[in-house]
Amino acid sequence: MIIGVIRFPGSNCDDDAFHAVHRVLGPHGMSGRMIWHKDVDLGNIDALIVPGGFSYGDYLRCGAMAAHSPIMAAVKRFAEAGGPVLGICNGFQILCEAGLLEGALIRNQSLSFICEDVNCVVEGRPTPFTWAIPAGRHIHMSIAHSEGRYVHPDVASLEQRSQVIFRYCSADGEVTDRANPNGSMGNIAGVCNSAGNVVGLMPHPERAVENLLGAGGEDGRTLFESSLAYHRGRPARVGGWQ
Amino acid sequence: MKARVYVTLKPSVLDPQGRAVQQTLGRLGFDDVADVRVGKYIEMSLAEPSDEPAATGMDRASDAVAERERARTRVIAMCEKLIANPVIEDFRVEIVE
Repeated sequence: MIIGVIRFPGSNCDDDAFHAVHRVLGPHGMSGRMIWHKDVDLGNIDALIVPGGFSYGDYLRCGAMAAHSPIMAAVKRFAEAGGPVLGICNGFQILCEAGLLEGALIRNQSLSFICEDVNCVVEGRPTPFTWAIPAGRHIHMSIAHSEGRYVHPDVASLEQRSQVIFRYCSADGEVTDRANPNGSMGNIAGVCNSAGNVVGLMPHPERAVENLLGAGGEDGRTLFESSLAYHRGRPARVGGWQ
Repeated sequence: MKARVYVTLKPSVLDPQGRAVQQTLGRLGFDDVADVRVGKYIEMSLAEPSDEPAATGMDRASDAVAERERARTRVIAMCEKLIANPVIEDFRVEIVE
């Protein structure tokens, strides 16, 4: 399974994402391929990661410039054809700006850059990146952002459509105001599109794939392992969804 | 010709930056500020349109009005496509000169 990773000017989690899929998940049959933002073709890939960072210096709005990069037309075609796309942090912002995901990510309520570990409960419909994660399980990852407050004009409708995929929660899995790091509506940390194949989240799963790197643990692997299971057609999800 | 674009957060979107400014103004003794919203101001210089044959029967004044309207339409398109995000922001366009 080949996962493409797009590199924009200002991306800084592109190598981490590549490392996660190519080296850490490599022995399990995954490989990575870097894709330059000026390319107009994604090549032969099975899934795509739009990585984190500060594409185009976050000028105007986070992700606004990158959303109009030459590669994005190919990303839209890939997504519309059902290709799995994962946007992480700035990648999530880019996918929202490109109209591939609903809502927007704006300045944290505290106005501070927040770099800390969070817990997220996994819910919503099955997606290629949460396919193998039991519904209701909470996973531990880190966040590092200034503009991560998720807003949507109609959160209730997003919830009804099962497009809320990750919510910030406490260590016990409770979705509380206290566990909400940035003021996101409904504690939303990640969403998917109406077809379910495009997923975006603010936390960094690619930074939680090796125990060597400390408290983050390996929970982030579950997203990449899910995409492998999905690619191989294994309906590994336990627990069902609503 | 110049365009001035004002981009503001929609009233429904909480603006913690505006609130921080308001609180600081209060500390400075400006306690009569009920609300502050921080937005963006963008100035654009627009290239003069290439020489088109003037429509017969139209005077210079109405040409100028038509030109400004064309510019306004272009700038609104720019705002919708890039300058503002309709999910969270409103914008207002002024054409000057």
